[in-house]
Amino acid sequence: MEEDHLNHTCAFLLIGGSAGSLEVLFKLLPLLRADLPFPIALVLHRRSSADSSLSELLASKTLNPTQEVEDKEPITSGTIYLAPADYHLLIEHDHTFSLDYSEKINFSRPSIDVTFESAAEVYGPRLVGILLSGANEDGTRGLTAVKRAGGIAAVQNPDTAQMPFMPHYALTHLPVDYVFDTIQMAAFINSLA
Amino acid sequence: MIEEEDIDLLLNDLFDLYGYDFTRYSRASLKRRIIRLCSLDKFPSFAELRYRVRSDPSYLKRFVEEVTVNVTEMFRDPGFYKSLREDVLPVLGTKPFIRIWHAGCSTGEEVYSMAILLKEANLLRRSLLYATDLNPSVLEKVRKGIFPLALMKQYSESYMNAGGTRDFSSYYTAQYGQAKFDNELSEKIIISTHNLVSDSSFNEFDLILCRNVLIYFDKELQDRVLKLFDASLGTLGHLALGTKETLKFSAVQNKFKQLNREKIWKKII
Ligand SMILES: C[S@@+](CC[C@H](N)C(=O)[O-])C[C@H]1O[C@@H](n2cnc3c(N)ncnc32)[C@H](O)[C@@H]1O
Repeated sequence: MEEDHLNHTCAFLLIGGSAGSLEVLFKLLPLLRADLPFPIALVLHRRSSADSSLSELLASKTLNPTQEVEDKEPITSGTIYLAPADYHLLIEHDHTFSLDYSEKINFSRPSIDVTFESAAEVYGPRLVGILLSGANEDGTRGLTAVKRAGGIAAVQNPDTAQMPFMPHYALTHLPVDYVFDTIQMAAFINSLA
Repeated sequence: MIEEEDIDLLLNDLFDLYGYDFTRYSRASLKRRIIRLCSLDKFPSFAELRYRVRSDPSYLKRFVEEVTVNVTEMFRDPGFYKSLREDVLPVLGTKPFIRIWHAGCSTGEEVYSMAILLKEANLLRRSLLYATDLNPSVLEKVRKGIFPLALMKQYSESYMNAGGTRDFSSYYTAQYGQAKFDNELSEKIIISTHNLVSDSSFNEFDLILCRNVLIYFDKELQDRVLKLFDASLGTLGHLALGTKETLKFSAVQNKFKQLNREKIWKKII
């Protein structure tokens, strides 16, 4: 299986996280290479009233351009996108983002499932999805869609997660390809092309 | 699994049979809504949904209601309303008569919030608020001006964060778990169905608000609608969009200047 993945090209990397995931990202982002050949989207649960400073905070941890998504924004390689608070983040076939203010899913907006499922339709086998720490079921359906479309599914090692529920739930519901601590995760992402 | 071609067929039916054109809606979101409706109404397959839409004109109402997204609240994004209050109303105040268009107003929470701002600026008496939406069911709620009482605490907080200083509960009467907003506000609201895809400009406005509607349209339809707004704005009129919407990628961007960090633009040519 691993051999296969080495030949995999990654066109889009999704990272979903909830409670306890920011700490992981603060450690992970500085470890990523500066010229990523694919875009990354971060779908994080946060308070709806959250200010926009999170994207600035994340931007300060990486040399890759980092920004909160605006509607119909074209998706460009090397950029790290953050799903805005209180909107679902969707991917269109023309490789632009759409936002959606519909009902919460898994008590969450943005919902990780929504973005992962939508990206799976567009990127299929060239998609990589990673789930981080969280206390919620969100992400497991999405990661299943990623797998089903031929993409790669990975989770943070629940033993290293502040809130193990989310990665653990995924592990018990689908054949996850990789289980990582932060250092391994960075190495894996840097090896993707 | 629903294929793109299936969606295309359904959208063609809707247009041919009923004149509703959803073909230029953001596909990713529209598809999710259609799948959701299929499961809500327990259609065993997509073909059954399509058959129902084709053969039962009364089902159209339900389709439109469920496929569009009507979620809204009062004083949503308080910083935006604060800027309306501080930066836009003083300009509107120099006009003898003020016309405001809420395009895609849903159940009207945004319209009543605006009416409250106008009242506090002593402008309500010379204002008219045009509230339009393609979905007739939500407009019925705008007309009534009745919203769940349980939400008033949250709305009152947003109102204060938007610079409100009065007692928010003075704007409504509580009855049976509902808050009925004052007639003084609803009197100034003119309600009409209007489809941004197919209907044209119907007046000239000083301020147009179209928030969280364009996100459901693709780029081409967004551009068309933005041109419609441009043509419906008087000189130095203002256009307000949702917090994550932008004129940045649009055809009319050079005709507008953004006021500040909020999504409010002034028409400059
Ligand atoms: C999410 S609500 C936005 C409500 C409010 N403006 C806000 O920001 O809270 C979107 C509204 O757009 C309306 N809408 C969708 N397509 C439309 C169209 N073609 N013409 C007019 N209204 C439309 C829907 O019926 C819905 O009420």
